Amino acid sequence: MAEIVLDGVTKRYPDGTTAVSELDLKIADKEFIILVGPSGCGKSTTLNMIAGLEDISAGELTIGGARMNEKAPRDRDIAMVFQSYALYPHMTVAENIAFPLRLAKVGKAESKRKVQEAAHLLDIEQFLDRRPAHLSGGQRQRVAMGRAIVRDPKAFLMDEPLSNLDAKLRVQMRTMISRLQKHLGTTTVYVTHDQTEAMTLGDRIVLMRKGVVQQMGPPEELYEHPHNLFVAGFIGSPSMNFLNADVTSDGLQTVLGPIPVSDRMRRALEANNAPAQVIVGIRPEAFGDARLVRERRPEGHDLTFTGHVDVLESLGAEKFAYIDLGSSGAIESEHLAEAFQGNVTDQSRSQLIARLDPMSRARRGENIELDYDPDAIDLFEPETGVNLSERV
Amino acid sequence: MSRHRDRTAGWAVVDLVVVVCALIPVVWIAALSFKAPSTISDGRFWPTTWTWSNYAGIFKNDDFVRGLINSIGIGVISTLIAIVIGTMAAYAVARLEFPGKSLVLGISLLIAMFPQISLVTPLFQIERGLGLFNTWPGLILPYITFALPLTIYTLSTFFREIPWDLEKAAKMDGATPFQAFRLVIAPLAAPGVVTTAILAFILCWNDFLFSISLTSSSAARTAPATISFFSGSSQFEDPAGSIAAAAIVITIPIVLFVLLFQRRIVSGLTSGAVKG
Amino acid sequence: MNGPGGGATVSGGDDAGRRAVSQGRRSERHLGWWLCAPAALVMVLVTGWPIVYSVLLSLQRYDLRFPDRKGWIGVENYTTVLTSAFWWNAFAVTAVVTVVSVAIELVLGMVIALVMYRTLVGRGLIRTVVLIPYGIVTVAAAYGWKYAWTPDTGWLAGLLPGGQAPLTEHWPAIGIVILAEVWKTTPFMALLLMAGLALVPEDTLKAASMDGAGAWQRFRLITLPLMRPAILAALLFRTLDAFRIFDNIFVLTNGAQNTAAVSVIAYHNLIGGLNLGIGSTMSVLIVVTVAVIAFVFVKVLGTSAPAQATGGKR
Repeated sequence: MAEIVLDGVTKRYPDGTTAVSELDLKIADKEFIILVGPSGCGKSTTLNMIAGLEDISAGELTIGGARMNEKAPRDRDIAMVFQSYALYPHMTVAENIAFPLRLAKVGKAESKRKVQEAAHLLDIEQFLDRRPAHLSGGQRQRVAMGRAIVRDPKAFLMDEPLSNLDAKLRVQMRTMISRLQKHLGTTTVYVTHDQTEAMTLGDRIVLMRKGVVQQMGPPEELYEHPHNLFVAGFIGSPSMNFLNADVTSDGLQTVLGPIPVSDRMRRALEANNAPAQVIVGIRPEAFGDARLVRERRPEGHDLTFTGHVDVLESLGAEKFAYIDLGSSGAIESEHLAEAFQGNVTDQSRSQLIARLDPMSRARRGENIELDYDPDAIDLFEPETGVNLSERV
Repeated sequence: MSRHRDRTAGWAVVDLVVVVCALIPVVWIAALSFKAPSTISDGRFWPTTWTWSNYAGIFKNDDFVRGLINSIGIGVISTLIAIVIGTMAAYAVARLEFPGKSLVLGISLLIAMFPQISLVTPLFQIERGLGLFNTWPGLILPYITFALPLTIYTLSTFFREIPWDLEKAAKMDGATPFQAFRLVIAPLAAPGVVTTAILAFILCWNDFLFSISLTSSSAARTAPATISFFSGSSQFEDPAGSIAAAAIVITIPIVLFVLLFQRRIVSGLTSGAVKG
Repeated sequence: MNGPGGGATVSGGDDAGRRAVSQGRRSERHLGWWLCAPAALVMVLVTGWPIVYSVLLSLQRYDLRFPDRKGWIGVENYTTVLTSAFWWNAFAVTAVVTVVSVAIELVLGMVIALVMYRTLVGRGLIRTVVLIPYGIVTVAAAYGWKYAWTPDTGWLAGLLPGGQAPLTEHWPAIGIVILAEVWKTTPFMALLLMAGLALVPEDTLKAASMDGAGAWQRFRLITLPLMRPAILAALLFRTLDAFRIFDNIFVLTNGAQNTAAVSVIAYHNLIGGLNLGIGSTMSVLIVVTVAVIAFVFVKVLGTSAPAQATGGKR
């Protein structure tokens, strides 16, 4: 059990590229922290540096107060679960799990007891004599977990451990990992590119991009108060909708019609040199079917607009309406392009997604009047991507 | 149903043709080796009377026995050395980054394609000068050289197929680099090393040109070269029977290896270590 | 879809001469050099020096039967060899045997590769049996062919009308050399091509058949183009290998009836003639020819070295 501290940790490769730059991160004891971001953001490199599989170019890493930069992986007392599971194919499940104990010269009897314990915890007792080749993906994943927990390390490092599983199993294993981590109370650093995993698993999320931390905090904070366009676009599924807006005296001119400038927005704009153009961000869940909203809250003073439903997805508990905005809605921003990479289709730029109540009568090919709360709007500076509303 | 049966039958016929074409020449030599000297030139495929006398004869021939010993000794020593230094180089090529890596691969490739005859003339003269001519080391050196490209290429492929993550995992599990190699990499590489050793041995065992050019007596002459001296013996007896028997004797180890080799390939030990 | 194990954590290729090399990287370099050193040393010593020596010998008059007449003569040996009808005949024989046997092997090898890859019955058996010609000692097989075509003794000679002796005639003898060569090395070709077949994704073939391609069209339009690197690599290796043909000709005809290949006359010049100067000249010329063939394959046809070829397989 230990606190992991990264102080200005940097990874520079000899060819000049910087994979991670000046990362400051304090991971508390027993904390479950998620490193998330698109591929190439430096999250795996960070994990490998904590593990000792890659050298740290600059900065300091301490685990439990002791400097680790020069220590070999085996002297760091941390366990790792790999995306490929990295099970030893020539050993049985029991031998795989016992391997760290064997290297640590733990006695036969104690080793056997610990393997049994771990196997029981992970419900893989019946596979102990099998070889990894004869296990399913989920079972292999659990064996890999077993190998990590068996020696009771100071910390767990997990490198996309669920990426090779199918969707349903991934959800099951997610809950299992979460429960296991709380049960064992071991500090855990978990790397993923999947924002859903990040949101559901972590005590705190570290969202990275191009080797630089974009935002760090509890999942809700990243969701509700994204620092910039990239964070806003990356966190949340479906992604936040983004629209171009001209700032005029009548309000913000968008394809949804004019949006009156509230006091909150005015303060945000004034605090940031009153830009002439901004990007408006509205989450899909900020929209509602105007008809239903009026029935429920007749006194409401939300904004509305009418759009053409291009596609409608009914998921039972909710409906997603894809509103065609034409070409005028398209936004060119490198911040978003990277946030959406492998996450959401590019189409989300020229259309708007609204998450509707299942009672909504929205139908494909028809128009619908949508309601949205102006207070739920975020404003971003188009060039830098900074969230203006957060700067007040 | 019947379509399936037709296809199976069709494949069986095709298979049979391939198998017959591959085996007939070997069976023919075997048949020849069992013919009595008097029936050698009867032009039949199968012997009319079967006899072991050709085999008995060649094992009484000191030169052939000596040739077999030379073949085995030289082949085994060359293979062992080539495997040891080839494994080291293959591991480096597959796993490490260092300048000059492509040079090592380039040299191997050049040697693999190099016409051996072009080495024979200078080696003949050099080995005579060094006193290596007509000795075991005189053959072992070129054999190692030509076995090395094969070992380096084959083994580096095997090493590359061992997931890199396994080595990392072993390090994380507390292994020293040497333990990671001994407990994880070596057991996984073993089938590849054995397979490569067999291929290297076949290469040495098969050689004829070096053996016939760089030896002058049975001191180091290997079995294939020895056989070529069977002909033109002073006896009136046609050497065909003896040659055929000798050919079968030197073929048997290879056939055994091939059966073993096939099994090695099938044991896809690394499958399942990483999800496909 | 996982990245290949090796390259994942290691950054870009050779960066020799860069100053900022970490401790770990430097020790990795040293380890790499040390591990490669013995192999590189042996290979360079056993081939490098003889090659240089060979060039030196080729510029001298050096006949072991007349050692007193040894001396530097410039390119005279080359003139002698290149104006010799024997050399050019041997060159032509080598070229014919190489081109014809490699062409036949390519077709047959492809057929056998397809059989081994696709057969529904006896896959293990056929893959094992096909390895036997590859494994058998060339000299042993060559004697088999020799006796098979020897009148009175051989079953194949018995099939010919009127007691012909094909090994004593020029073209039939070359035909038998090619037959022996093809039988011995087609399995190797087939194995290389089978590895290439495994590179063709099954789904791509299914997609093509959904798009309306018949079996032959799938083979010609999908399989062959995707196998191109494997085919070229196999052709390169087999061509260079066939060009150094020695064992089969030595046993079957020993060069009689003008069937000697370049390797065979070089051998006879050395062992029979003990003429080091001429022998070395031929050695150098053979190396040059092989280099030209390799150059044509690599530069003109774009064959990639096996290092890259196997790289794609991972």
